[in-house]
Amino acid sequence: MTPGRSSAPADLALGVRMSVSGGRSGWARLGLIATGLGIGVAMLLLVASLPTVLDTRAERDAARSPGTEVVEPGDDTLLVKRFASDVAADLVVGYLVQPEGANAPLPPGVDRVLAPGEALMSPALQRVLDSPEGELLDGRWGDRVVGTIAPEGLVGPQELRVYVGTDQLTGDNAQRISDFGRAVRDDGADATTMLMALVGLTGLLVPVAGFIATAVRFGGEARDRRLAAVRLAGADAATTGRIAAGETLVGAVGGLLVGGLLFLAMRAVVPPLVPSSLTFHGADLRPVPVLAALVAVLVPVASVLVTRSALKHVIVEPLGVVRRSTVVHRRLWWRVAVPVVGLALMLTPLLSGGTGSFGDSQGLVLLGMVLLLVGVALLLPWLLDVTVRRLRPGALSWDLALRRLQHESGTAVRAVSAVVVSVASLVAVHGLLGSETGTPGSEDGRFEAVVYDDLPGSDGAHWASALAGIEGVQGIETRVMTSAEPVDVGEPIALVVGSCASFTDTTGATTCTDGDVMLVAPPDAQAPAPGTTYVLGAPGSGASTWSVPADVATVEPEYPDSAPWLFVTPRALGDAVVVPSGDYDNAIVTIALDHAAPDVTAHLQTAIAQIDPTATVIINDPEATSSMVTGIRQGLMLGTVALLAVVGANLLVTTAEQLRERRRPLAVLAAFGVRRRVLGLSVLFQVAVPVVVGLALAVVVGSGLAVILQAGADLPVSLDLAGIGVTAGGAAAVVLLATAALLPLLGRVTRPAGLQGE
Amino acid sequence: MSIAPALLGLLQTGPRHGYDLKRAYDERFGHDRPLAYGQVYATMARLLKNGLVEVELEPGDGPDRKRYAITDAGVSDVEQWLSRPEKPEPYLQSTLYTKVVLALLTGHEPTDVLDTQRAEHLRLMRELTRRKAEGDLADQLVCDHALFHLEADLRWLELTAARLDQLAASVRA
Amino acid sequence: MTTAPVTTGPGAVIPSSGPLLVARDLHVEFGPTTALAGASLEVHGGEVLALMGPSGSGKSTLLHCLAGILRPDSGTVAFDGRDVTAMSDAERSALRRSEFGFVFQFGQLVPELTCVENVALPLRLAGVTRRDAHRTAREWLDRLEVPDIADKRPGQVSGGQGQRAAVARALITRPRVVFADEPTGALDSLNGERVMQLFVAAAKDTGAAVVLVTHEARVAAYSDREAVVRDGRVREQVPA
Repeated sequence: MTPGRSSAPADLALGVRMSVSGGRSGWARLGLIATGLGIGVAMLLLVASLPTVLDTRAERDAARSPGTEVVEPGDDTLLVKRFASDVAADLVVGYLVQPEGANAPLPPGVDRVLAPGEALMSPALQRVLDSPEGELLDGRWGDRVVGTIAPEGLVGPQELRVYVGTDQLTGDNAQRISDFGRAVRDDGADATTMLMALVGLTGLLVPVAGFIATAVRFGGEARDRRLAAVRLAGADAATTGRIAAGETLVGAVGGLLVGGLLFLAMRAVVPPLVPSSLTFHGADLRPVPVLAALVAVLVPVASVLVTRSALKHVIVEPLGVVRRSTVVHRRLWWRVAVPVVGLALMLTPLLSGGTGSFGDSQGLVLLGMVLLLVGVALLLPWLLDVTVRRLRPGALSWDLALRRLQHESGTAVRAVSAVVVSVASLVAVHGLLGSETGTPGSEDGRFEAVVYDDLPGSDGAHWASALAGIEGVQGIETRVMTSAEPVDVGEPIALVVGSCASFTDTTGATTCTDGDVMLVAPPDAQAPAPGTTYVLGAPGSGASTWSVPADVATVEPEYPDSAPWLFVTPRALGDAVVVPSGDYDNAIVTIALDHAAPDVTAHLQTAIAQIDPTATVIINDPEATSSMVTGIRQGLMLGTVALLAVVGANLLVTTAEQLRERRRPLAVLAAFGVRRRVLGLSVLFQVAVPVVVGLALAVVVGSGLAVILQAGADLPVSLDLAGIGVTAGGAAAVVLLATAALLPLLGRVTRPAGLQGE
Repeated sequence: MSIAPALLGLLQTGPRHGYDLKRAYDERFGHDRPLAYGQVYATMARLLKNGLVEVELEPGDGPDRKRYAITDAGVSDVEQWLSRPEKPEPYLQSTLYTKVVLALLTGHEPTDVLDTQRAEHLRLMRELTRRKAEGDLADQLVCDHALFHLEADLRWLELTAARLDQLAASVRA
Repeated sequence: MTTAPVTTGPGAVIPSSGPLLVARDLHVEFGPTTALAGASLEVHGGEVLALMGPSGSGKSTLLHCLAGILRPDSGTVAFDGRDVTAMSDAERSALRRSEFGFVFQFGQLVPELTCVENVALPLRLAGVTRRDAHRTAREWLDRLEVPDIADKRPGQVSGGQGQRAAVARALITRPRVVFADEPTGALDSLNGERVMQLFVAAAKDTGAAVVLVTHEARVAAYSDREAVVRDGRVREQVPA
C-alpha cells in the first residue's frame, strides 16, 4: 500500500456523505441544523431587506406625492389638499382632489376621476369601514365609496389611505399641480434614531448569530464520536477538520435553502400582520443583492468556522473524544474587561463633551455598545457558574437540574446568551423610546380639537353652531386670523380676532375685557403706532378698514424674537368685518372636549369632514400617544416578538438536543421510578435558572445602556419599567412555552425503550 | 497430588519433627482431610533415601526425637517443582494452591508459578484450537469441552493472581 | 549480502528478521493512576501476540502506545526501526492509514456510512478512488463471509457481522500490524470464535502481525504467543 493522502475535496465529500446518510437520527440532526440555520438565515435576509423595504416605501410615497406646482389653472391641473384623520390609534392620510380640466393627473393607484363626494379607499381602510367601528366613520370621507386604491398607489397592504373628490378647493387653500411624483427626499436620520437603530440591529443580529452558532453545534457529540472513528482509520487532524467542515456545509446549504423558503413564506405571511404605520408590500421585501450574497457566503463560512472552533475544544483522538472543557476555568478578568472597555468607550464622549455628545462620535459609541452587549454574553457563563454553585439543594427536581447545570452549563449558556443580549438591547431601546416620547399629547394637558378653516372668506362662525350639538363638546372658541395691510405705507401685521378667553389661553396674559386691543410684541420691536389704519383682509376683497385705538396695551410674547401681532376682541372691532382671504388667513376653531363622551373625537372628525372636508383638524389628547409613537412602539413590539420567537426556538432545539443525547440516563431515572412530573420540573428549572440569571444581567446592563444612551442623546434620563416588564415577561413566557413543548419529547425519551441502545 | 514436594517445601522454612510437619501440612493444605501420620513417615523415609532431607537426632528419650531438615538437593527439588507447570488436568487447584502457598513460604515468586501454569494451559488450548479448526464436528465438540474446562482453570489462575496479596498476608500471619 | 524478496502481493508474508515493533520501558500515567510502569515488548512480523492480564493492568494502554494512538510519558516505541513516539500527529495518522489496522470492541465503525463504505474508508483516506476502494472492500466482505451486509449501515447488522466488517476494514490496506482490543468482547462465544478464526486466518494470509488484547483465554488461544501484563509491566513468555 502506497502511503497516500486523500485530497481536500474527497474529505469534504466524505463529510457530506456522512451527514446525509445518518439514518433517522442523522436526518433529524440535519433537519435541526437546517431549521436552526434556516431561521437565522431568514432573519438575516429580513434585515438585509430592510433597506429595500424602506427605499421602496419612500419611492412609492414620493411617486404619489403632489408633483410640479403650477400657478395658473389649466386643462391638466389638479387641486390637491392633504388631510389626516384618526381611526382609533391609527392615522388615515388622505388627499382631497379636484380636477380643473379633462387632463388633470391621477395619483398612482387611482384609475378614475373622482366626482365631488366620491371616495377611493385603500383595501385596509375599506375593511375598517366595513367593520363595526366603521359606523363612526360614515360620511367622513365623501358620500360614497366608488372603489379601492390599487396596490401601486399604496406603500403596503395595511395602509390606511383615501382620496376624496371635492369642488371646494381653490388655489388659496390647496396645491395646484400638474403631475404626481417628486424626488425622494433624503431626510437623513438624527442621532437618536441612529442610536436606536444601532442598538436594535445589534440586539437583532447578535442573537441571530448566536442562534446560528448554536444550530451548527447540534449533534456535536455524535459528530465527535464519528470523527474519532474516522481518525482511527487513519485520518489526521487536518483531514478530520475537513470532513467536519464537509458535514457542516451540508447543514449550512440546507439552512440556506430552508432560510430562503422561510423568507419567501414570510413575504406572504408577514405583510398582513404588520401594523398600518409600518406596512409594506411583500413583493418589496427583497434583500439588497449584495447583502443577500453576503448572507449566502457568510453563513456557510461562519458555520464552518464555528465547527472548527467547537472542534478546538475537543481533542478528537482515534480512541474517542477528550473534552477540554473540564480544564477550562472561567477566568473573570477578561470577561469583565470587554464590557468595561465598552462602557469606557461610551462614557468617554459623555465625560469629555457632556450630554448630547453622541452625535459626533457614533463610531466610538457603536463599538462601545457592541462590546458592552458582547460582554454580557461573556459575563453570563461566569455569572451562571457562580450562581449555580451558590444555589442550595432542595427538591429532587431542583437537585437534578442544579447538578446538571453545575456539571455542564455551556449548553445552557449558549442557549441563553442570545436571550440576554437581545433583552439587554431591547431594554435599552425601550428606555430610549420611553424617554423620547415620555410626554405625549399637548403641553397644557387640555383635551381639545382645533379646526383650521382656510376656505377663502370664511370667518369660521358657522362651526360653533354646527358642532355645538355633538355629545362631549364643552365649548367652542373661534378666532379669525388675517394679515392686515396698512392703508398708507408700512408693514403688514398679523391680526387675530377672538374672545378674551382664547387670548388669555394662548398668550398667558392675565387680564382682558371685551373691547380690548392688545399688541403682542417684544419691548424693542417696531410696533405699529396707535391710529394706524389697516385693511382687514386682502385689498380689494371688500374688507373693512380699522384703526389701532389709542389705548392699545402691549403684552410680552412667549418668545422674545417673535414678530409683533395684534389681538382684537370682537367689541373693539366695532363695525369692521374681517374677511380672511390671503394664503395664510384662516379661522381657527378650538373645541374643548370631554373624555367621558364615547368616541367624541371620531364623531367630531366625521362631523367636521362632512361640513368642510378641506378643513384641517388636529386633536390634542393628553391621554393618547401620537400615531408616530404608536408606530415606533408597534415596530418595537414586532421586533421583540420576532426576537423572543428566535430565542424560544433556540431554547427549544438546544434543550431537545440535550434531551435526545441524555436519553439513556433519563430513561434510567424513569426506570428507577422518578416521576415524569419531577423530570419535567427539572427540565423547567434547567431552562429557567440560566434564563433568570441571564435576564437579571440583561435588565441591569440594558437599563445602564439606556441611561448612558439617553444622556448621550441629551434626552431626559428615565427607565421604561413597562418595557422591561413586557420584555422580561415575554422571555419568561417563552421559557414556559419551550418547556411545555418539550414535555412530549421528555415522555418519549423516558420510556423504558430508551434503555436500549441504538 | 503428591505430598512429597509439599512436605519438602514446608521443611524449607525450618527443620521440624514429624508430628509438627503433619500439623503444619494439615493446617495449610489438609482442610477436611488430615494427613495420616504413617503417610508422613513413609514419605520422609523415601525423601531421606533420595537425599532430599536429613535427620537430626535430638538427645533425650522422648518418643519423637527425630527432626527432619531439608538438604541442598531438597531445596533445588522444591525449586524445580515450583517452576514446572502441572499437566493441565481436572482438579488441579489443590496442587496449584499448595504450590502458591509454598512459593510464598519459601520466598519464591508466586506469580511465576501461576504464569508458568497459565502458559502451559494456553499451550494446550492453542493445540486444541488448532485441532478444532482442522477436525470435524465431533472433534470440535470434544475440543470445546476441554477448552471450556481449561478456560475455567485459567480463570481461577487469574483470580488467584489477583488475590495473591491477600493470600500472602494470611500465609505469613 | 542477500536480501529476502519482499512482495506486497496478496497472501505474501513479509519475512522479517528481528522484531517489527519494539516497545522499551514505557511509562504512562493518567493523573494519579499508573497505567504502564516500565513495560517492554517485542512484536515480530506475522505473529499473533495475545496481550493478557487482569482489568486495569494496562494492556489496552500498552496497545494504544504500540499503535501510536497514545504517546507514553517516557520510553520508546519503534516500528520497523522508526520511533513512533517522536512522530507528529500527521505522521502517526499516515502510519495508521498505511501500516496499521484496528479492530475494537465497539465504536470503530462510522454509523452514518454503509458497511462497504466503512471498509473502504482507509483506502479512500489514502487517496484510492471510490470505485476501486469499494471493489476491494466488497472482496473483503466476501472473504469474511458477509457479502450481504455491504449496503447496510452498521446499525442494521448484527454484532458479529459488524465485527467482520471491522476486521475487513482493518485488513483492507494490508497493514503490517493489526491491533485488536477485545475484538469479540461484545459477541457470544460461537460468533466470537468464528470472527477470530476468520480474523487470524486473514491476518496470516496477508502477513499482518496481530496484537490482540483479550481477557478471554479461548480468544487468546488463537495467538502464537501471549504476553501477560500485570501492574503495568509485561511478563513475557515464549510458548513451551
